[in-house]
Amino acid sequence: MSSIFHQTVLTALISGGIVAGVPLMLTAIGETISERAGVLNLGLEGMMLVGAYVGFIGAYYGHSSWLGFLLGAIGGMIACSFMIVLCVWLGLDQIVVGIAITLAGEGITSVLQGAQFGTSYPRLGAMAEVNIPLLHKIPVIGPAMFEQHLLVYLGVALVFVLVWVFHNTNVGLNLNAAGQKPEALDAAGVSVMATRSYAVLCTGALAGIGGAYLSIIGAGVFTPFMTQGQGYMAIVICMLARGRPAWVLVASFLFGICLSITTALQLAGINISTDLVNMLPFIAIMVALVLFGRRSYLPPALAIPYVRGAR
Amino acid sequence: MSAIQAREAMPMVDEPMRPQRSRTAARAIDLLVRSLVPVILALVAGGILLVILGRDPIQFYSDIWNGGVSQGSWQDSAMRMAPLLLIAVGLIFVFRANIWNLGYDGQFLLAAAVLSGFGPSLVTHTPLWLAMTILFLVAAAVGAAWTVIPAGLKAVYETNEIITTLMMSFIGVGVANILVKGPFQDPTVNIPQTKVLPINKMLPAIPSTRVHCGVLVAIAAALVAYYVLTRTAFGLRIQVLGANPRAARHVGVQVRKLIMSSFLVSGALIGAAAAADILGVWGYSRANWNPAYGDTVIPFVFLARLNPLAVIPFIAFYAVLSTGGDLAAQNANLPTDFLLVLVALILLFMTLIEFVGRRRELGQSYLPEGLREVFRKPFIRRRREVAPDTPEAA
Repeated sequence: MSSIFHQTVLTALISGGIVAGVPLMLTAIGETISERAGVLNLGLEGMMLVGAYVGFIGAYYGHSSWLGFLLGAIGGMIACSFMIVLCVWLGLDQIVVGIAITLAGEGITSVLQGAQFGTSYPRLGAMAEVNIPLLHKIPVIGPAMFEQHLLVYLGVALVFVLVWVFHNTNVGLNLNAAGQKPEALDAAGVSVMATRSYAVLCTGALAGIGGAYLSIIGAGVFTPFMTQGQGYMAIVICMLARGRPAWVLVASFLFGICLSITTALQLAGINISTDLVNMLPFIAIMVALVLFGRRSYLPPALAIPYVRGAR
Repeated sequence: MSAIQAREAMPMVDEPMRPQRSRTAARAIDLLVRSLVPVILALVAGGILLVILGRDPIQFYSDIWNGGVSQGSWQDSAMRMAPLLLIAVGLIFVFRANIWNLGYDGQFLLAAAVLSGFGPSLVTHTPLWLAMTILFLVAAAVGAAWTVIPAGLKAVYETNEIITTLMMSFIGVGVANILVKGPFQDPTVNIPQTKVLPINKMLPAIPSTRVHCGVLVAIAAALVAYYVLTRTAFGLRIQVLGANPRAARHVGVQVRKLIMSSFLVSGALIGAAAAADILGVWGYSRANWNPAYGDTVIPFVFLARLNPLAVIPFIAFYAVLSTGGDLAAQNANLPTDFLLVLVALILLFMTLIEFVGRRRELGQSYLPEGLREVFRKPFIRRRREVAPDTPEAA
């Protein structure tokens, strides 16, 4: 079985893990922001799909991946604006609205794709990658990690920016307060509604970019329901990471590797059921939850709408 | 305590009977309006969406009527109702306790895979009524078993059940696929699917219709659930747990046991839904088959205010919508996923109407405080400016 450790297999594994992990990472980072601010966003799946579709359209007609990402972010923000109005401002049930956004995202993207392209699925060309000088010549890791789209590096950088924001800035403090004790934030003279709205808007934009990455770079094509539960996976990653961005980064790439392990194993000449491999991340999470269940942590005010003056 | 538990759920309990008849009647009308308006608004909004897509909405909705009600197609709708109603009742059990069992897909598909794996050999060796009973029980057991881990984690560690049930759902779908492609696959065909039940060994039809008697099972389940949830101590305990888990603990409810039992009942009913669908309509399971009934049932569960009786007409409505929708979408050259948009619209309008209704009941403004000030400010200023000029108006 030494063929598993063959160079090309390892490269494929790592690079596949990155390609599959980046959408997860972006989306989970977004969810981290909104969960810290006390909004449980179950509509991620729908936002990712809207971002994937809109981003694909942008990249397809605009011939630019960046236009695609921009439109994907805007699409995700439009999808999450429902969440802002209904859940943050009007204080409606976040779970019900989240499910509604997921359903609407699934339905509308599938319908638009069907209405626009019928049953044909046009493909995008390969997008430009950035080769980081010197580093990309390292044997196994080089081609896998340092020959990726620029967005990958920006995404990883964003994680560290976010760590800094959470720990060192007032914005981060406000976000935490909105999830921990919104009354205190309100008393301090900062609008809870505004803080949460911005947080959810960030979530939508990041989920949209994550979806757009999935369709533009990951698959090069938009197919209905292409996220296949990755929005939910992102929620889980966020909860497992207990709201810490650096752990989100690690967890997403582990998940990405799990998702892409099938291709790598096929390269190694091992045929294993895709169903089994696709289940691996979920089984891993369940084992982790059963073992460490006691330690799972959520902000106290998560999913509770804030009403000023209410007990 | 989990934050989800403390969240204010939709008002889910039927209001206690008031002495005045007129007030009860007004209440009933209010409930009816609140339940129907979201559906109507969603259909209108869906129609506008169809116009934007360049399709004829009137044609679309009349196709739904043709494909779902008229010319005997109501029988197809009735058959579609059986699994939907069982899932709805299963969800009501947990939602009343303010527990979110979102793992319905895994529970449903796993039960379907197991029972269509054992079904064909069982029906040839045992009398039909016994085989059907056994298969229903097996499916219910599988569905219930798949909720044990999330329920246990919730009961013992208060782990968020949304996450665990979703995870178990993905695992369940994967296991179902592995079962259908592996041990249960019919070796005589190339496509991954189980052996097909012989047509005369399926759930018998109600006399003089094509409708199988799984529908009766579903309706019976709804009636029993209504009795249990509204007329027994168990139902009351579930209600108390849903309203306030801390209070439930104080009045001596064994919260852990209750969480476990409501989860198990829910899983069992969802498993039974798979039995009704497979034994009544399909006769076999395919790999990668997922009708995703649960997602579409949720809005109607809430529209019915978690009442197992009231959910029946809503499920009937959706059964017609989805049966006729297949034909309508095909005629309009759209993917059937258009129905998902309609369901999502119903959900959104429902939460909005609910909000407006609650505010009206409490006599509050419809706008949240911060937003109201934004809208009010210009008017306040104008009133002040106008006031001195027109003293007679005051």
